[in-house]
Amino acid sequence: MGLTRREFIKLCMSSAVGASLLTVIGPDLEETLAFAADGKPPVIWIQGASCTGCSISLLNSVEPAIEKVLLDVISLRYHPNVMAGSGHLCAEILEEAASKYQDQFILVVEGGIPTKDKGVYCTIAEKNGKELTMLQAVTTLGKAAKAVIAAGSCASYGGIPGARPNPTGVVGVDQVVKQKPVINISNCPMHPDHFLGTVVYVLKYNQIPELDRYGRPKMFYPEPIHNNCYRRQYFDAGKFARYIGDEGCLAYLGCKGFVAMSDCNKRGWNNNVNWCIKAGAPCQACSEPTFPDESEPFYGVYPLTNKKGVTYPALEPNLKTEFVEHAKVKTS
Amino acid sequence: MAQKIVIDPVTRIEGHLKIEVEVDNGKVVDAKSSGTLFRGIELILKGRDPRDACHIVQRICGVCPIGHGTASMLCLDDAFGVKPPPNGRIVRNLIQGANYLQSHILHFYHLAALDYVKGPETSPFIPRYEGDYRLPKEINDKAVEHYIQALTIRKKAQEMLAIFGAKMPHVTVFTAGGVTEEVSAEKIAQFRQYLQEITSFVDNVYIPDVLAVAKAYGDDGFSIGTGCKNMLSYGAFRLTDEDDPDGQKQLFKRGCYANGQFAPVDKNKITEEVKYSWFEDSTTGRYPGEGATVPAPGKAGAYSWLKAPRYNGLPYEVGPLARQWVDKQKDVIGLGEKAFSVLGRHFARALETSQVAHAMFDWLDQLVPGKPAFAPFDVPKEGAGVGLHEAPRGALGHWIAIRDYRIDNYQAVVPTTWNGGPRDAKGQRGPIEEALVGAPVKDPNNPFELVRIVRSFDPCIACAVHVLEIKSVYKNAKSFII
Repeated sequence: MGLTRREFIKLCMSSAVGASLLTVIGPDLEETLAFAADGKPPVIWIQGASCTGCSISLLNSVEPAIEKVLLDVISLRYHPNVMAGSGHLCAEILEEAASKYQDQFILVVEGGIPTKDKGVYCTIAEKNGKELTMLQAVTTLGKAAKAVIAAGSCASYGGIPGARPNPTGVVGVDQVVKQKPVINISNCPMHPDHFLGTVVYVLKYNQIPELDRYGRPKMFYPEPIHNNCYRRQYFDAGKFARYIGDEGCLAYLGCKGFVAMSDCNKRGWNNNVNWCIKAGAPCQACSEPTFPDESEPFYGVYPLTNKKGVTYPALEPNLKTEFVEHAKVKTS
Repeated sequence: MAQKIVIDPVTRIEGHLKIEVEVDNGKVVDAKSSGTLFRGIELILKGRDPRDACHIVQRICGVCPIGHGTASMLCLDDAFGVKPPPNGRIVRNLIQGANYLQSHILHFYHLAALDYVKGPETSPFIPRYEGDYRLPKEINDKAVEHYIQALTIRKKAQEMLAIFGAKMPHVTVFTAGGVTEEVSAEKIAQFRQYLQEITSFVDNVYIPDVLAVAKAYGDDGFSIGTGCKNMLSYGAFRLTDEDDPDGQKQLFKRGCYANGQFAPVDKNKITEEVKYSWFEDSTTGRYPGEGATVPAPGKAGAYSWLKAPRYNGLPYEVGPLARQWVDKQKDVIGLGEKAFSVLGRHFARALETSQVAHAMFDWLDQLVPGKPAFAPFDVPKEGAGVGLHEAPRGALGHWIAIRDYRIDNYQAVVPTTWNGGPRDAKGQRGPIEEALVGAPVKDPNNPFELVRIVRSFDPCIACAVHVLEIKSVYKNAKSFII
C-alpha cells in the first residue's frame, strides 16, 4: 500500500530544495489515483471575495501537472474559471453536489466570505431569478461536504478583503463552517504543492492531516521561515541589508520571515525558480492570520535578537526609513 | 414579444459577472452587465503606507496582478519623484511582458476556446452550451491537445516571470524606484531559455489555432460583437529612460481613435459618470484624480456597481484590439471594419502576444548584470501621482494622493470598467453592452453567441468592482445586485 502516513508526512516536510513535493511522492500518487479511478472524487470549487490568484496558482502546479489533476485525480464539477458551462447550468451543479454527492465531495473555497448585510456583497449564481450568496453557498455546501479546504489567506483568515476597515465584513471559512474542521492552506496566493499535497492526503488516508493552531497542515507550515532562511547566515553575522539590493539579512528592510510559518525557504515558488527573500524582497508574512494589517508597513521592522544574543533595536516604521538614507549615501 | 435571458454567472472570465439581455425575433435588442462581488480595496488602501500600495493593489486581481502592480509603481514613482535605473525599467518590462504571454495564452485556450472547441465528454468540459461547434474533427482534436499543452506553456511563463519577480501571482519585488531583484548573467540566460520555448509556442501553435478558428467561424465571428468602435490605449513598455510625458516612447504607443480619426490622449479628458451606477449623482463627470465614491444603493434607474468611464464624453473600448488599432498595426488595420468583432479581438490579442515575446529578447540583451535595478527615494509628506499603463486587458490608470506620509486617496480606473461599464448620462451604452446589441441568439437556452461576445473582451470583474465603498445597510438586496 506504498507509503505509510508517517513516511508521507516526512516526505512532505523534507522535500529537498529543487524538488517539488509531489515529484518525490510521484509513484505513490499513481497508486492513489488508480485506487480512485473508478469514480473520481467530486470537487466543488467556489470563489467568494477573491482575486482568482489561488486558482492561477493551482494552475502553476508542476508535479502532478494540472492537466493530470483535472483529467485523472479529481472530477472538477464546479470551477468558475475552468468549467465549460455558464448560467443556470452552474446553479444546477451546486444543487446536485449538496444532494446527490453528500459526504463525498471536497469543497474548496477561494476568497473570503462577506457576511455583512447577510452576505449580499457577493452572489455566485442565479436560477429562476433567485440569487445564491457566497455565504449561503458555503453554509450549505460546507455542511454537505466530506472535507472543506480554505484555499489561500482570504478563505483562511479574511486576508486582503478582510483588512481594515473590512468594508464588507469578510471572514474566513471556519467562521461559517462550524460542523467540521476546515483545512486552511494559507499564503497569498496559496502554494499549489500545499494544496495538492493536502488533497492527496485526504484521498489516500480518508482523513484530514494534522493541523496547527491556525488550522494549517503542520507538514507544510512547520516553523518560521527565518529558522532556515536563505539569508540566515547574514543575520547571525549581524550583516543587514541597509537598502534595497544590498547584501545581507532583510530584517531592516521590513522582512517578516521570523513570524511567517511557511516552508517557502525549502519549496520556493513557481517550480522553485525563486522566492521573495531570495529575490531581495522582504517577506510579508502572507501565510499568517495577521496578514496584511500586522505585516504593515511592509517595509517596517520588528525588534530582533540573533543567536549570539545581540538585540537589534526596532526601527520606527517611520516613512523616511533608515534604508532610504543609507541608500542615498551609497549612490551619491 | 421580447424575451429576457439572464446568464449568471458568466464563467471562464475572471470574477463574478451577470449578463442580462432582451431578445426579440432572435436578436438582442438591449443588454445590461452587472458585477456581483464587492470588496472595497480602495477603502482598504486609505491610511496605509504609500509604499505598500503596489503590493495591496496586486490583490485586485490574481490573473493580472502585474498590470496593477506596474500602474501603481508608475504612480508612486511619479508621486515620490523617483526614476528607476535602466535595469529597473527593463526588469519591470520583462515581468509585465511575461504576464502578457501568460494572460493571453490562458485567455484564448482556457477561457475562450471552449466556445469554439468541443472538449472531452467529462468534467469540467461538460455540461456546456450546445449547438455550434464547427471545427473539423481533426483540428478540434488537435486544439484539445493544445488546450493541455497551453497549460504547461502558461505555467512556464509564470516561472519565467518569477525569475525576476520572486513569485507569481503577487510578486514581491515591486517597489517605487525599480525592483528589489538583482540582475545576473545567470538569470538572463535562464529567462532566455524559457522565452525561446514560449515564443515558439506562440508563433507555431497559438497563432495558427486562432487562424483555424477564424477560418471555421469566418464571417459569423467577424460580424458579431462590433461594439462602440472607439479605441483607447495609454501605451505600455517604456523603451527608453528619457522622459516621456506623451507616452510615445513605448512598445505600444499612447493614443485614441474615434469617429474614424486618430488623436493623442489628454488625460484630463478622462471622466467617470454615474447616472446608471449606484453612486451619488453629485460625483458624476469627475476626473479620477479628484474622484469620489459615494454609494447610492437603489438609486432610481441605476443598474450597475461599475462606473461609466468616458474619454471626451464618449465610451471607449480598451484591450489588445485598441492597442493594435491605435498603434496602426498593419495586419489589424488591414482587417478594416471587420477588426471590430469577436474574432478581430482574438486575432489582435494573438498578434500582440507574438510582438511582446519578440521584443522581450531585445530587452534581455539590454540588461547589464551587476548594475542596480533600484533607485532610492523619499516618501513625501504631501504629494500626488498618476500611473497610466496597459494591463493585458487594456488601459489602466492609478491615481494617488498622499497626506501626512499616508495614502489619503487612491483611485483606479481599470480596463473592465471601460469595457463593461453601464450607460452614461447621454444614454450611450458601455462597449460590451453595445457589442451585445444586435447579436443573433439562435437558442435562448444555449446562448453561445452572447458568451462569445463577452469573453472576446476578456473581462476581469474583480478588477472592475474593486472600487466600491459600502456604507449603509440595504434592506432590499435585490435592488442593487441586478
